Amino acid sequence: MRTLLFILQKEFLQIFRNRAMLPIIFVMPVVQLIILGNAATFEIKQIEMSVVDRDNSLSSRQLIDKMEASGYFAMSSYSVDGRDTGEELLTGEADMQLVIPKHFERDLRTVEPATIQLIFDAQDGATAGVANSYASTIISDISRHVAIDRVHLAAESEVSRRIAVIPANWYNPNLNYQTYMVPGILVILVTMIGTFLSAMNVVREKEIGTIEQLNVTPLKRYQFIVGKLLPLLIIALAELAFGLVIARVLFDVPILGSLSLIFALATVYLLVMLGFGLWISTFTHTQQQAMFLAWFFMVVFILMSGLFTPIESMPEWAQRVTLANPVAYFIKIMRRVMLKGAGFGAVSVEFWALTVYATLILSLAVKQYRKVSA
Amino acid sequence: MSANASVVATELSKAFKATRALADVSFSVERGELFGFIGPDGSGKTTLFRILTTLLVPDAGEAFVDGLHVVRDYRELRKRIGYMPGRFSLYQDLTVAENLSFFASVFGTTVEENYDLIRDIYVQIEPFRDRKAGKLSGGMKQKLALSCALIHRPTVLLLDEPTTGVDAVSRREFWDMLLRLKSAGISILVSTPYMDEARLCDRVGLIQNGTLMQVDTPANIENSFDRPLFGITAQDRYRLLTTLRGYPFANSVYAFGESVHYTDRRNEVEPSMLVDFLQKSGLTDVAVRPIGAGVEDAFMALMDE
Repeated sequence: MRTLLFILQKEFLQIFRNRAMLPIIFVMPVVQLIILGNAATFEIKQIEMSVVDRDNSLSSRQLIDKMEASGYFAMSSYSVDGRDTGEELLTGEADMQLVIPKHFERDLRTVEPATIQLIFDAQDGATAGVANSYASTIISDISRHVAIDRVHLAAESEVSRRIAVIPANWYNPNLNYQTYMVPGILVILVTMIGTFLSAMNVVREKEIGTIEQLNVTPLKRYQFIVGKLLPLLIIALAELAFGLVIARVLFDVPILGSLSLIFALATVYLLVMLGFGLWISTFTHTQQQAMFLAWFFMVVFILMSGLFTPIESMPEWAQRVTLANPVAYFIKIMRRVMLKGAGFGAVSVEFWALTVYATLILSLAVKQYRKVSA
Repeated sequence: MSANASVVATELSKAFKATRALADVSFSVERGELFGFIGPDGSGKTTLFRILTTLLVPDAGEAFVDGLHVVRDYRELRKRIGYMPGRFSLYQDLTVAENLSFFASVFGTTVEENYDLIRDIYVQIEPFRDRKAGKLSGGMKQKLALSCALIHRPTVLLLDEPTTGVDAVSRREFWDMLLRLKSAGISILVSTPYMDEARLCDRVGLIQNGTLMQVDTPANIENSFDRPLFGITAQDRYRLLTTLRGYPFANSVYAFGESVHYTDRRNEVEPSMLVDFLQKSGLTDVAVRPIGAGVEDAFMALMDE
């Protein structure tokens, strides 16, 4: 026990003495949280729109005005006789092109179907999809309005039979993306710190040869590993606390669930990620190797974590793969506990999954570590 | 082997894939003996030390250190040995004092408890106790490493090339310390590429290609060199070397510092015969003296066999 205390003391001493690492550990995640928290959003604003209005009528101008007034579209060019070859899309001056044909107004007022053409720059499929749905909503708004006018003239009774849908957005009433994203980004930051630090910390002892000196001492394996992981666990939890304060104060993200539940689950989760780092460090020999390997896993884990794209919309096999992704579990836990105020019961499946994971990866890492020292 | 043996190795063998690192190495070291291993780089010295310090398991053979089996009793053994790896292996980002007290605590002891053992060494680096280990000079690093290896009062000290890359004065001081530790009853195994250091050992083992070729006192090793040996100097040392190598009667020709050490195939050789030959070959300022063989000459002769 006394030995363990000395090891902890030594580890903290080394971490806090490392002038280059200290800001990386504490400042970088905060900066990232602030930047990503503000930038990572699926809301698309300012879609640059080039307009070719061949009709140049009241209706066509009304349509254009409506689209601009929505706040999502900004007209980058306007012409009444331009070509619809989408050149602006090629040069990137516009994200979409709206082509209104001649006789648009006339067709609207008669029974002829009025057609318009929308051309999207669909390099980024998601953005194009969102732009399309915004535009369709606005356009259908107009044509229904017109249609309704017609209906008014023809058969008044139809209006009253329309069904009104009133949507209710639970847990995030204002559909605020920050509320949704910040807990996830918080998870990523804590994860990176935990995994990278543990992978590099042990490899560093190998790289500078100190592990050789430690291995000839009566130091027990558990003392070494606990001595290595405990300081990092404490640092990662401190960082989580710091991040939660920022989320609450700066982003106004609600923390409905219990804080002790968040920290208890974070501890289990961090044991998984620290164990993961330790495992990587058992078969790598330089910090560079450890870093690259940790990055490889981290990128897969993060992209498949459900942070940016919902797991439910991934292909079947990918969904099964995410069952082995600890990051996905913890993001679910954090979102549920923070935004929905979930209690332990609502995250118990994730808790047990992480517990099993932690047991497996730590046993594996400890077993592998012995081989190195034998 | 006597009951007084501190280290006993029996037919130790170790191979790394296809590379044979050690082959049937057997020897024993007495308690309180200063035992040196000499051999070129890659001869297996470090592998041997790693086996004796429980860091490596031998493929065959066994070894006992302080009566403890290096594989079976490794836990107990680690409390009793002090090891200084060839590469500086202390925490460069911790200070001198922090390193020392860390290693003391890892062994469950304190610096105060064993201060008397390391005092002679530690006083020399104590003025720098708050300096980070990474900022010390080579000689001071070695002293700190030795202090850390001694802080738990080991019965056996294993030093793998402790003076490589250390200046001559520090090397001298380091060996003085080893001699003092020896008189305190600690068995010391040390490997070194420096032949002059070999002379300071009680016994020396010559190791090459994983094989222990000879174990004896430095004096006996020198005496075992039975050919007449000449130290030869001339104006142009390089030409001297090539000329001698081209001499049909030459047996061995090695550059040793300022002079060239030479042995002849013929049994009766007079220095004048060599002077004659060299002057005819166009060399000037030629001097040939019969000299006594050193450990290195004996070692070179053994390697040639």
